[in-house]
Amino acid sequence: MKVDRTELTWWERLYLPTLLNGFKVTLRHFFSWKRSGVYGDKQKGYAAKTTMQYPEEKWDVPAGYRGAPYLVKDVDDKTKCVSCQLCEFVCPPRAIRITPPGDSGVVDREGAEKMPKEFEIDMLRCIYCGYCQEVCPEEAIFLLEDYAITGENREELIYDMEKLLALGGADKRAYDHHVQDGVGEGIKKWETKTREAGE
Amino acid sequence: MLASITGLFAEPWALTLLKVIAVFAVVMPMVAYAVVAERRISAWIQDRVGPNRVGIPFTNIRLLGLGQPLADGLKSLVKEDFTPAHVRKAFYWMAPALVLVPSFVVLAVVPFGSMLGEQKMVIADLDVGILFTFGIVSLGVYGIVLAGYASNSKYPFLGGIRATAQMISYEIAMGMAVVPVFMLVGDLNLGAVIDYQASGAWLVFKQPIAFAIFLIAIFAETNRLPFDLPESETELVAGYNTEYSSMRFALFFMGEYAAMIAGSALMVVLFCGGWTLPLGDFFNTQAQSLGQGLVHIGVFIAKIAMFLALMIWIRWMLPRFRYDQLMNIGWKRFLPASLANIILTAIVLWVLHS
Repeated sequence: MKVDRTELTWWERLYLPTLLNGFKVTLRHFFSWKRSGVYGDKQKGYAAKTTMQYPEEKWDVPAGYRGAPYLVKDVDDKTKCVSCQLCEFVCPPRAIRITPPGDSGVVDREGAEKMPKEFEIDMLRCIYCGYCQEVCPEEAIFLLEDYAITGENREELIYDMEKLLALGGADKRAYDHHVQDGVGEGIKKWETKTREAGE
Repeated sequence: MLASITGLFAEPWALTLLKVIAVFAVVMPMVAYAVVAERRISAWIQDRVGPNRVGIPFTNIRLLGLGQPLADGLKSLVKEDFTPAHVRKAFYWMAPALVLVPSFVVLAVVPFGSMLGEQKMVIADLDVGILFTFGIVSLGVYGIVLAGYASNSKYPFLGGIRATAQMISYEIAMGMAVVPVFMLVGDLNLGAVIDYQASGAWLVFKQPIAFAIFLIAIFAETNRLPFDLPESETELVAGYNTEYSSMRFALFFMGEYAAMIAGSALMVVLFCGGWTLPLGDFFNTQAQSLGQGLVHIGVFIAKIAMFLALMIWIRWMLPRFRYDQLMNIGWKRFLPASLANIILTAIVLWVLHS
């Protein structure tokens, strides 16, 4: 293939126009303190450049983001999990371990047969696939916005039930999820699924 | 006791030693902060922020990232100094030092101020100043060539070869470019060049062509973009310093910036009036008081800083030349242009003096 080269004029071959242009472009960027819109509206007020000053500025977690899995509570601040162990079964890296209550179980809410005695998620093993959230019939486990899981040793990163419930809490996104589906709070997922299947 | 100390400082060698230490104490931080400036300016030009975290160690005080050289230095010291098995060890160990040393030696003949008390502010007041400078500057290429050769691997070798050809070519243009300066001044002593400029216009206005060629040749000599072919990390990985790690690599890095400072100092002395400023007698005559002497040194350092900023700016502005373009410009453009400039200057001087 023949590439046609542009014939440069004498003035252009002096490199001077390119040089002056370079000064212009670099100066324009040097003195631009405007922030680009890459990270959304949240950071628009900052007088800085495209770099996100991470620990001080956080990015907007997009809707549908799969962060760390946490257990959520219902509106009455009660545990939603009923220890069915579906999530433990479906979990590809086997990060979830549930100890069922056996005969000595304590149930703290109406309509639940049992509650897990112990519920552990190993955050080092978790691959954030979201199968647990998908499979949970009680909508008790959610992958929330937390993307920065850090710890100083391995033991610290095995989260127990207390910690998972505290982190998930009565998380707003878990409730928003209901509203988004056009379903009132407290309605269980299997009811929704049944309804959808019937339609 | 006090008398013996003051007596010691009457000795010429003690004063020279003191000046050497003072120059080191100024130039080493300049090298460190030139690196920080490079990183910050490049970041701003590329719409980034750059290193702005490191301040005073063990506190939360950030100081706009001015503690960065400390962190960088510590990092290079504690990193593993890996010597590959296939290198030629003696040359491999010698090369980084050979890169760093010439740049500092050049500074020995540069007059960085007028007077401080009774002392001339130059370490060695050589009458052949500029010849000495060119002699030493050309030694700088040995470090890079040795590094490329001793590394015994492909990319460093190519980098070394490129460095040889590039530096030798541009040294000729550089040497030819400054000849008209000395035709005008009539002396090879760098102090005399400054005195000449103090009494008249700066040579950058009398010899603009020489200045332009010298400036570009300094870019090529210090391996800065757009002439960083020996290093060119996009095609030769990192050229001559590919096989180097930890403090040895840091020495190459410091060598580059020390060479930039030496080159800037030469440009300031030869073309931009050294420590003088055309703002009246206070800035143009030899210092009578300590304060005036310190102001002169400050002016000199400020001028160097401006040239360093220009070199850094250019680096983030222009793409690298192709190898044949580099040779083309060096031999077919700058060499004839500098020769023509010599003849032109000679004719002008002949007409004016006859």
